[in-house]
Amino acid sequence: MNPDVLLHLDHVTMQFGGLKAVANLDLEVGRGELVGLIGPNGAGKTTVFNLITGVYTPTNGRVMFEGRAIQGMKPHVIAHRGITRTFQNIRLFASRTCRDNVLIAAHQHCEAGLLDAVLATARFERDEQAMRKRADELLALLGLSEWADVRAAELPYGQQRRLEIARALAGRPRLLLLDEPAAGLNPQESDQLMHLIEEIRRKFEVTILLIEHDMRVVMGICRRIAVLDYGEKIAEGTPGQIRSDPKVIEAYLGEEVPAAGGNA
Amino acid sequence: MKRLIVAAVTLGALAGLDLLLPRFLNPYFMRILMLCGISIVLAVSLNLINGFTGQFSIGHAGFMAIGAYSSAMFSMHIGVGWVSALEALGAPQGLAQAAALVVALLLGGLAAAVAGYFVGLPSLRLRGDYLAIVTLGFGEIIRVIITNVDAVGAARGLPGIPQWANFFWVAAAVIAVVGVSLRIANSSHGRALFAIRDDEVAAEALGVDTTRYKVLAFVIGSFFAGIAGGLFAHYNAYLHPNSFTFLKSIEIIAMVVLGGLGSISGSILAAVFLTVLPEALRSAQELRMVIYSLMIIVLMITRPGGLMGSREIDVRRWFGRRARPA
Repeated sequence: MNPDVLLHLDHVTMQFGGLKAVANLDLEVGRGELVGLIGPNGAGKTTVFNLITGVYTPTNGRVMFEGRAIQGMKPHVIAHRGITRTFQNIRLFASRTCRDNVLIAAHQHCEAGLLDAVLATARFERDEQAMRKRADELLALLGLSEWADVRAAELPYGQQRRLEIARALAGRPRLLLLDEPAAGLNPQESDQLMHLIEEIRRKFEVTILLIEHDMRVVMGICRRIAVLDYGEKIAEGTPGQIRSDPKVIEAYLGEEVPAAGGNA
Repeated sequence: MKRLIVAAVTLGALAGLDLLLPRFLNPYFMRILMLCGISIVLAVSLNLINGFTGQFSIGHAGFMAIGAYSSAMFSMHIGVGWVSALEALGAPQGLAQAAALVVALLLGGLAAAVAGYFVGLPSLRLRGDYLAIVTLGFGEIIRVIITNVDAVGAARGLPGIPQWANFFWVAAAVIAVVGVSLRIANSSHGRALFAIRDDEVAAEALGVDTTRYKVLAFVIGSFFAGIAGGLFAHYNAYLHPNSFTFLKSIEIIAMVVLGGLGSISGSILAAVFLTVLPEALRSAQELRMVIYSLMIIVLMITRPGGLMGSREIDVRRWFGRRARPA
């Protein structure tokens, strides 16, 4: 196997009763890549994320991360291994401040134990300060500095999407899964966001797997795209190949897949 | 070093108050003060489970009962012997009793914590109403066992517990439970608990071991409930199963909810309020419980998030020191 393959979904199937949400999916993501995963509503894209992050255990097949099988592990263990994610339907810790949201994700790298915290030992203070500094850096990068002490529930929608990304980065992932980060954003906002995602990939040297409905967005930044329909991979290739693939065009039901199209 | 001084000054102040208060307060007010302290320990410890972590436990009286009875049994059968042995060695009576009491309280707390661990386990699969029913069942099981075991007095109650708990120890327990809660709330571990309350799926996906933290909240919360039970036993000198009914659990929940889920200062305020109120209403005689209930209803309607919401009273701000956002 190619050592540069970070994630390998090895013929993964996820069956819910009579429904095959993901069927025999084989997908490789190379170290440092930014891969897009697209498909019509209900194609099984989010299920793929849930399989990678351990929310579901696949009915069949293996999920290989850095050469080791991770299927069946608990989600927090997989997060420790280096995979974090954002959620399509925004799942922030609503009653906490933005900074706390990021700090919670940094928790797994915290060395100070409960006793350190209760006794306020030097190790605890050092840990807290390091985590706070890093959290503030992440917030600054995502343009959220002025919101740091605001509760997540009170953030404008666009900022909530950004906070999801900041939070996922705080876990220091090697693989970042973004589930429709541009959903609900206007064209200018999603343009900014795409630039930001590219910047994040370079700056943190993180591999990104991106689910997106907005074709324009995916075509703009992903070198490689996989298309799902009814749980099956119907196409994989460069944006150019995907755009002209008859199966893809059919899956999107005759909808145009132009260079600058709208929402699917 | 600085912390040692603070600790020494605090302990000195408590010891001083312990000597002074009974001179200024009549026994009736002294009793209310002690019960307030025990209520605070109960409410703040339940706040760790229900408020911080968002689990719904209505079995807190059960943990309290375990702490009360196990510490009382220790003191009556072993602790008393220790005290006379220590006194024979020349230790002052107060010190000998204090030593035995500390051991009794810790044992009670540990027994309750072990129970908390086993009750916490179902919380991994159950949440909300379902977990509530499990903890309710647990509380009732404890009460029924106590009512039927002759060695702990059964339905007659358990008299003759040495009366070792005084203001000093109740205040020390209050400081301990509030201190531990505050430290946890301002640490990574506390943030993990709050994350579980807000969104368990997201917390797990971001690397929070939700299993561990949910059980941990139960263990710490029930440990302090056990301590509160031990203080109650050694203050009252008499225990009866009727002190640990389902209604007692509800009373503690009322304190946490009325104070504002997750707010430590809210739990303290509400614990004092709900302990003092029934006494203050004694003059209303038969209308007493009606007014008590009405006041709770009105408070919850006017402040649905509880007295404090999820905020804290930041004492540090009063002293002009750095204040962290709640």
